Amino acid sequence: MTLSASRVSWSAGGVDILKEVSLTVETGEFLGIIGPNGSGKTSLMSLISGIRKPKRGEVLLDGFPIGTLGRRTVAQRLALVEQQAETGERITARQAVELGRTPYLGTLSPWSPEDDEIVEAALENVDMAHLADRLWHTLSGGERQRLHIARALAQQSKILLLDEPTNHLDIGHQISLLDLVRRQDLTVVAALHDLNHAAMFCDRIAVMQAGRLVALGRPREVLTVERIRTVFGIEVEVEHDFDGSCSIRYRARRPRPLAAIAAAGV
Amino acid sequence: MSRVLTQAGRTGTGRVGAALAALVILFAALWMGAAIGETAIPFKTVAQTVANRLWNAGYPLAPIDEGIIWSYRLSRAVVAASCGAALALSGAVLQSLLRNPLADPYILGISAGASTGAVSVAILGVGAGMLTLPLGAFIGALVAFVLVSLLAVKAGRGTAAIILAGVAGSQLFNALTSFIVTKAATAEQARGIMFWLLGNLSGVRWPDAWLAVPATLLGLVVCLWHARPLDAFTFGSESAASLGISVRRTYFALVGVSAMMTAVMVSIVGSIGFVGLVIPHAARMLVGVRHGVLLPAAALIGAVFMILADILSRVLIPGQVLPIGVITALVGAPAFALILGQRRDRA
Ligand SMILES: Nc1ncnc2c1ncn2[C@@H]1O[C@H](COP(=O)(O)OP(=O)(O)OP(=O)(O)O)[C@@H](O)[C@H]1O
Ligand SMILES: [Mg+2]
Repeated sequence: MTLSASRVSWSAGGVDILKEVSLTVETGEFLGIIGPNGSGKTSLMSLISGIRKPKRGEVLLDGFPIGTLGRRTVAQRLALVEQQAETGERITARQAVELGRTPYLGTLSPWSPEDDEIVEAALENVDMAHLADRLWHTLSGGERQRLHIARALAQQSKILLLDEPTNHLDIGHQISLLDLVRRQDLTVVAALHDLNHAAMFCDRIAVMQAGRLVALGRPREVLTVERIRTVFGIEVEVEHDFDGSCSIRYRARRPRPLAAIAAAGV
Repeated sequence: MSRVLTQAGRTGTGRVGAALAALVILFAALWMGAAIGETAIPFKTVAQTVANRLWNAGYPLAPIDEGIIWSYRLSRAVVAASCGAALALSGAVLQSLLRNPLADPYILGISAGASTGAVSVAILGVGAGMLTLPLGAFIGALVAFVLVSLLAVKAGRGTAAIILAGVAGSQLFNALTSFIVTKAATAEQARGIMFWLLGNLSGVRWPDAWLAVPATLLGLVVCLWHARPLDAFTFGSESAASLGISVRRTYFALVGVSAMMTAVMVSIVGSIGFVGLVIPHAARMLVGVRHGVLLPAAALIGAVFMILADILSRVLIPGQVLPIGVITALVGAPAFALILGQRRDRA
């Protein structure tokens, strides 16, 4: 299972949104995509998932241009969790996860007990089995997000594309979800906002800025003080641990006024 | 309940059982449609008439009873059933596809176009006697649908575009209809057209049924074939695409078949409101949102509802037939309010 984009460009409404992005996803890796709002993370995801066609360049899945593979074939190899996906339908949590089996079902291959098992396992996996019969609109944002992940897991593809998967999650669930995804034997591409999560979980990080891929590499190569300043416009300190990992401490742009510190009594 | 039904819907025996039950209910409703009316005819006579006509059973019956049942009421009940099923199916499909609970078959501008087609033939004499009123309506419906589709494509991607285009198209064609009626019609013609526009089954005979029934069956098959793709639209078209659905193909097939069914029905019976809007919601409340179960349920409920509405329209005011559209709106509007209330309570 290999996925790569070579010099893909995409534009909408006359504006160039992605400019000549090339990226090869290594089998089994956890690749993070970071970048400010509007830098093109979601657009890149929809190109490499084959939902949108690039204006120039091409996306290859297992050596074939993704547009030439059928949608069903693509869905069996690659699952996508969108940044936002809501519904007004009165579906239950379990039914939402069952949708993940769609690429395998057809007139000749109807729903089977095996599908039930896969769905059940996916629900267990994200710790949602106890809420399986709840209606969608009664669930919290984080619970819905976990169900989206479970749906993607039920799709049993080797590649998982996650667009801000930790949206809405509390810090405990953020970490445990990324951990869970990491533990699966899958190739993962995830757009992330938290640089520390990217540093902790990613094998490699791709940095997007204004539609271009501006850096790609191991977390400690990519997450440097200068790059974070130029891309995000913030000051940080980067601490390198002896095991090769790194962590980021954000600094306020301006020191707090003395009056505020005095008022707080510290 | 919906979970039980879901499970039943997945086992072969459950499915056969449900299909049989649905047929029994449908035939019972047709039977009622034939028996009940201004002159009540015993149920037994209805059965004997059908036996006479279909298998030459040779029961001695009063020719007038047999005539009323066969040529008048039964054909009418069959058309009512197809029409109800077709409108409910189209409504259910469009609501899911466009992800809009207010979508109904007429949202595509079809009924407005049909009206314009009908008045062009009836009042302006377009087609110089070559076109009948239903044929004019059908052509009008198709023209409107093509126009709305072009407008939607121009207006851009997304489901809002087609709804906005439909609203614009409807307004345009309704205005055209009013223009033609006020400009050219005699009072008598205007009254007739009003009656037709409100939807009515009184002129319906067997040839209409031979058009309505196949259209509905074809629609039912196409919709059921797409039941699972429709499920996949729950979280929107991009999500459907990522689940392996060819979004565009599904769109064309389902919008096309809905337009076809609606155009046929409007051309036969005029535009009957609320059925395509309310019945799918009622069906969702009863059997849940999975389309493999929802679509047949909506079709059945729509069919039965229309037969009952037709009976009501014939017996409510003795000696006078109300347009069936009046009945469906009178029942449908409060029902819709009720459903909206329920949705909120449970939300
Ligand atoms: N269909 C579209 N039409 C016009 N502009 C678009 C379209 N889709 C995206 N854009 C624009 O392209 C840019 C990149 O959008 P994208 O959603 O890829 O950003 P992102 O990196 O995912 O941002 P975020 O962190 O906010 O999710 C934005 O400026 C956005 O406004
Ligand atoms: Mg995004």
